[in-house]
Amino acid sequence: MDAHASVGHAELEIPYNVHPRPDTGVYNAKLGVWLFLASEVMLFGALFSSLILLRTGAESWPRGYEFLNVKLATFNTFILILSSVTVVMAWSHLRLGNLKKGRIYISATVLCALIFLTAKAFEYSHEFHEHRFPKTNNFLAIYFTMTGLHGLHILGGVIVFLYFLGPGAKMWLHEAERYTNRIEVVGLYWHFVDLVWIFLFPILYLM
Amino acid sequence: MTDPAAAVEAGVDVHEHAGVGDPNAHHHSPEQIRAEMRVYLAVFAGLGVLTAVTVGAFYALRSFPVRTAIIVALIIASIKGFLVAGFFMHLLSEKKVIYGILILTVIFFIFLMTLPFGHHANPFGS
Repeated sequence: MDAHASVGHAELEIPYNVHPRPDTGVYNAKLGVWLFLASEVMLFGALFSSLILLRTGAESWPRGYEFLNVKLATFNTFILILSSVTVVMAWSHLRLGNLKKGRIYISATVLCALIFLTAKAFEYSHEFHEHRFPKTNNFLAIYFTMTGLHGLHILGGVIVFLYFLGPGAKMWLHEAERYTNRIEVVGLYWHFVDLVWIFLFPILYLM
Repeated sequence: MTDPAAAVEAGVDVHEHAGVGDPNAHHHSPEQIRAEMRVYLAVFAGLGVLTAVTVGAFYALRSFPVRTAIIVALIIASIKGFLVAGFFMHLLSEKKVIYGILILTVIFFIFLMTLPFGHHANPFGS
């Protein structure tokens, strides 16, 4: 009976979630997250493409810096870059076997993300107060769409990080390397979100 | 899956595992990992400086044509993107399969970016 239960459990276990697959050279979660990021590139790419279409087709185009808060956006850029480095520091400490420091850096990442979202909420609030809505013009429509979608990605990352800080951290007790890999793949997603902002910031705020 | 017996039960070829030497896995020595952490901090400093340069260039180029500002801003953003992708996402030392996925993505992305310029040839609505 025990032997059957053991075999059943082993059959259900997903292979290559720690060690790399011989044919791809990477563990499955890493390959999966890169495929997901490829789809994300196309998602944001479609919006950047729309922005180009709208801007090149418009007779006049508002300048973001004339009414958007450049200082707050610059601050947010620093915050997001800081959060990217805290993720890789968390991953590095986990690789060194130090869960405590790893969790401190993950917490710092979550804190940075929450600061970013709070600043963004202030920005949105100010725009709405000034009666600038997505329906006002094409610039604001694409501005709210792109920054809103980016903000949702930040929120999604926060939820995943909180999971790995809380219930997901139990994995460390039995499968430390798998937990470390999980933080690596969440980190890859997080760096991508940072990467998108690196381009959104000058395109929407400074041009 | 470190237990060979469990690996066999799960249908995993332990010999294949043994043959895989993954340079970007987590089997670096503590010294190597600490050296990588110093690189991450240096990249962070570089990204901070480049963000300041982006804003500085924006104020310096306000009297210049918009096209100049766009080109300068995109060049700086691309350098920052390279630093994030290259060092934080480890694309400077990644596996071929990841490069394959990204090359395909870049091809489609370029197509997507050039798509709007086709609207000049679109007879509808003109």
